[in-house]
Amino acid sequence: MKLITAIVKPHKLDEIKEALQAFGVQGLTVTEASGYGRQRGHTEVYRGAEYQVDLVPKIRIEVLVDDSDAEELIRVIVSAAATGKIGDGKVWSVPVDSVVRVRTGERGADAL
Amino acid sequence: MASAITTLAADAPTLSAANTGFMLICSALVMLMTPGLAFFYGGMVRVKSSLNMLMMSFISLGIVTILWVLYGFSLAFGTDSGSLIGWNSDYVGLSGIGITELWDGYTIPVYVFAVFQLMFAVITPALISGALADRVKFGAWVLFTGLWVTVVYFPVAHWVWGAGGWLFELGVIDFAGGTAVHINAGAAALGVILVIGKRVGFKKDPMRPHSLPLVMLGAGLLWFGWFGFNAGSWLGNDDGVGAVMFVNTQVATAAAMLAWLGYEKLRHGSFTTLGAASGAVAGLVAITPSGGAVSPLGAIAIGVIAGLLCAMAVGLKYKFGYDDSLDVIGVHLVGGVVGSLLVGLFATGGVQSDVAGLFYGGGLEQLGKQAIGVFAVLAYSLVASALLALLLDKTIGMRVSEDDEVAGIDQVEHAETAYDFSGAGGGAASRTTAAPAPSAASKKVDA
Repeated sequence: MKLITAIVKPHKLDEIKEALQAFGVQGLTVTEASGYGRQRGHTEVYRGAEYQVDLVPKIRIEVLVDDSDAEELIRVIVSAAATGKIGDGKVWSVPVDSVVRVRTGERGADAL
Repeated sequence: MASAITTLAADAPTLSAANTGFMLICSALVMLMTPGLAFFYGGMVRVKSSLNMLMMSFISLGIVTILWVLYGFSLAFGTDSGSLIGWNSDYVGLSGIGITELWDGYTIPVYVFAVFQLMFAVITPALISGALADRVKFGAWVLFTGLWVTVVYFPVAHWVWGAGGWLFELGVIDFAGGTAVHINAGAAALGVILVIGKRVGFKKDPMRPHSLPLVMLGAGLLWFGWFGFNAGSWLGNDDGVGAVMFVNTQVATAAAMLAWLGYEKLRHGSFTTLGAASGAVAGLVAITPSGGAVSPLGAIAIGVIAGLLCAMAVGLKYKFGYDDSLDVIGVHLVGGVVGSLLVGLFATGGVQSDVAGLFYGGGLEQLGKQAIGVFAVLAYSLVASALLALLLDKTIGMRVSEDDEVAGIDQVEHAETAYDFSGAGGGAASRTTAAPAPSAASKKVDA
């Protein structure tokens, strides 16, 4: 199994959710996040005083999937999240040792 | 205000219901400026000190009102003594004034004049507080406010507006408070910050405004209230001067807002909300002394000049290294000086007085008088305010501790925070606990 984590622009959440549902993903977790990549946030000006705002708002989406679906799912997320502009975010996956559904105690692929 | 400039009618004035009602409404409008100012300033500070900023303005409604009734009105508008200060024992406690007794030469009761002027006295020290954001003990500020109005505002109001006051007698035009209110407060702000110093982290830490919508709300309330401030300063509405003042107030404010926005678009690349609010206030400040003397086209010129110069001036604190936190000097002192001096250029001689400025065939004489008024009030307020701050700093201390300043003055001085950020549901249950209920023993003591 894989944990896929996507850090994306907040306004892309709905499109990504719909793409994941169309793909057949059963559940996901969304958290508000903030951070920066190579573009280092943006500049704001208050009465001429400039402030560099490094930490910009992002959405963090986490999905657990079977190994065989991981590559395809990453492609789905990337295509839904992309705007082509700077700050679109990143998607990565990491291996997951075990998963348990809390209600039933099912393990592994059955728990997804 | 304009009492010596008005030509007294041959017949003794009688109480005018229209003027009295108009002036009571104007007084209420000017009152609204102080909470408006509180929001204007309160939005510009960081979350952790927003309540303190609101309170520094709001408390003025309490303390200055009481001092005004006790002795302030008497000092500012009592019988002149040596052209420097007034006194009239009937005004002490407003106790010897008949309810239908008229303000000398006007058609409104003394009470109405006193309450209109009270609102000016309330907002002026509140203006100073913008320079002192985040770092002044609230108790010290309360004491400063009481001392400052006594030593600085009441005498200066007498100089500028009181019959017999020396600037008044000299012929300095300050229709609604460019010198007595704005230059006075701006110079005082400079005097105090020279004593108390900068905020912790000034020029290093980001100190972004926490709520520009609050700033806009405050600026809007100020603009609205300012119609009372300016149009009411003729103390009646029999001859159209108040209406000209109303028009000029709107026109100059609009022009200054556009000028400030244009400047910052060229200089910094964006039309900012804070720029619009600041430009509007700069225009309001500049038209305050001059609006009774100029035409609407003159008001546009004054607004544009004030908007540009104030927009340039707000950056000076970074160059010179003094921490005028919310630009009281850049907006109120500079705007007040600009408006007061421009009377000497743009006065038409056809509105509130027959004095003409340089562009209307009047020569440089009025400009010279205006400069004397500007410099006298600036110098006196700067020195006296610095000395008062020094006195308080050496006795009870003006500043909160560095740790408290970093933690946030709201918690330390007011035991409150402005917003509850504790998460889902908006409740604080997860992070705070109720104070223990009073024990039976303490209840008995209370009883």
